[in-house]
Amino acid sequence: MPDFSFWITIATIIVVMGLMLTICAYLIYVERKIAAWVQDRIGPNRVGPFGLLQPLADGLKFLLKEDIIPERVDKLLFLLAPAIAVITALLAFAVVPFGPTTAPPGLGANEIQQYKNTYQFVIAPGVDIGIVFVFAVTSLTVYAIILGGWASNSKYSLLGALRSSAQLISYEIPMGMSILGVVLLTGSLNLETIIDRQARAGIWGWYIWYQPLGFLLFLISVLAECNRLPFDLPEAEQELIGGYHTEYSALKFGMFFLGEYTHVVTTSFLLVILFFGGWSFPGISGLEGLGGNILKLVVFLLKMSSFIVFYMLIRWTLPRFRFDQLMSLAWKVMIPLALVNLVCVMVVKEFGWPPLWLFPVSLVLVVGAAVVAGWWPAAPARVLVVMRGHEQAETVVH
Amino acid sequence: MPIAPGDVTWIEEPKIGVLGRLYLPAIVTGLQTTVRHMFGPKVTVEFPEQQPILPPNYRGVHRLNRDEQGRVKCVACYMCSTACPAHCIDIVAAPSPWPDREKYPETFVIDELRCIYCGMCEEACPVDAIELTSLYDLTGLSREEMMFDKEKLLSVFDETVKAGTDPIRTKPGHLSVASEPLV
Repeated sequence: MPDFSFWITIATIIVVMGLMLTICAYLIYVERKIAAWVQDRIGPNRVGPFGLLQPLADGLKFLLKEDIIPERVDKLLFLLAPAIAVITALLAFAVVPFGPTTAPPGLGANEIQQYKNTYQFVIAPGVDIGIVFVFAVTSLTVYAIILGGWASNSKYSLLGALRSSAQLISYEIPMGMSILGVVLLTGSLNLETIIDRQARAGIWGWYIWYQPLGFLLFLISVLAECNRLPFDLPEAEQELIGGYHTEYSALKFGMFFLGEYTHVVTTSFLLVILFFGGWSFPGISGLEGLGGNILKLVVFLLKMSSFIVFYMLIRWTLPRFRFDQLMSLAWKVMIPLALVNLVCVMVVKEFGWPPLWLFPVSLVLVVGAAVVAGWWPAAPARVLVVMRGHEQAETVVH
Repeated sequence: MPIAPGDVTWIEEPKIGVLGRLYLPAIVTGLQTTVRHMFGPKVTVEFPEQQPILPPNYRGVHRLNRDEQGRVKCVACYMCSTACPAHCIDIVAAPSPWPDREKYPETFVIDELRCIYCGMCEEACPVDAIELTSLYDLTGLSREEMMFDKEKLLSVFDETVKAGTDPIRTKPGHLSVASEPLV
């Protein structure tokens, strides 16, 4: 792992954190705009041109609102929870490349010198356990949710937190397993190396072609990890008021929001890095210098934002899962599929077959899962009994 | 109570094919709908700049109508305050100074905050003296301000007639604006 340059790292942290907070504020604006458009409305358009200053107004509102700490809460944990939410979300971003990077060097002195001379668009460059670090830290967000729900001393919060812990723990597994295929293909956990492999191979070397099933599983588990619809059971407004953040107000509520949107940004970056080649794009891989770097950065950010928009579209497309559906999706569908997918990658690697074979294999796996689900000796067929002729018709699910 | 067998209907859960169990085609169809709406026409009425088009039978602020000589039409019969489910109309009757009727309202106060805008006063009135207008942006800073007395209600009549938003319905046979064709 190469040395850090202290001042460059500090500057990167300041710039990235500043941008991150701004982006999160504007994500709320984008979310509201997209929600409005999908619902045939116009959306926020009063504050500034096209409502562009709306995030500023929202931020001010969060700052100026009364910060209520309810009477019988566990004060320490109540205050700690939003802080954990933000800290873990921001910390996970430390190893995520957000612009052009080069793979960490070998042992040659020249290579190391050259590596040190190029600016890496990542806060902590060259972390060899990159993806594991991201997963380890983001899974800590469940602490924020559980602590917030527990400390609030409110039934809605507690129910939200309980749902959330079960959901997050279940979806960690398929999330981790779905990217193992990518890790095996690359032979490295380092995110820069993963990008570098795909950039060298060009657009047909992006892992989406080798791991479409892995991508699908990762996308679904990431939606669940971010508590976004259709998996937003922890904060289902219609059922639980606000879920774990029911009792939070003002800036503490804002911090939960911030953590959540940071999570969305981080996972969108991860999706691009793992499956869509990071900053690489046909025609720009060879570009060097400032212009090339900026172009790569823009391409990366565009790819990332298209995933964010996709998240937001999915939100208005799919209804919320019921809890048992959520669990059975994770345990009965995604985990077995991820396992089989992993075995397929291993076989292809072991016998040295071209990895593109994994594309049809993934398709077969998806269709096969649907076919098997039809044959599967399911639990006793659910039959509805409808009684008529009484004062109240009843529906019983057997 | 035992359930008669005739009352029971057994329903099988609908079978879905392989495509249905894949779920992905259904999600793509859903996304198509979402995206279509995203770029489709918008229905928002941008209120302060754009005034809403109200239906002709909109029930807004009340007014007390005047007759051709500019006198209040009301004959203080208490029909409206009797019909009012919210008890928001307060009338004090006095002998009429005019020869064509027995009584006239000395005071006529409507509590606009208490009113539920059901329009039953309008229906009850035998002389078409009380009417609901299409004024919807009723605001005030105090409760007292929202007690509309006779003068205020008459001035609402003057304003709405001048603005042409709510025509006077004097012709027999026309029960309400709602029965007239939309402009």
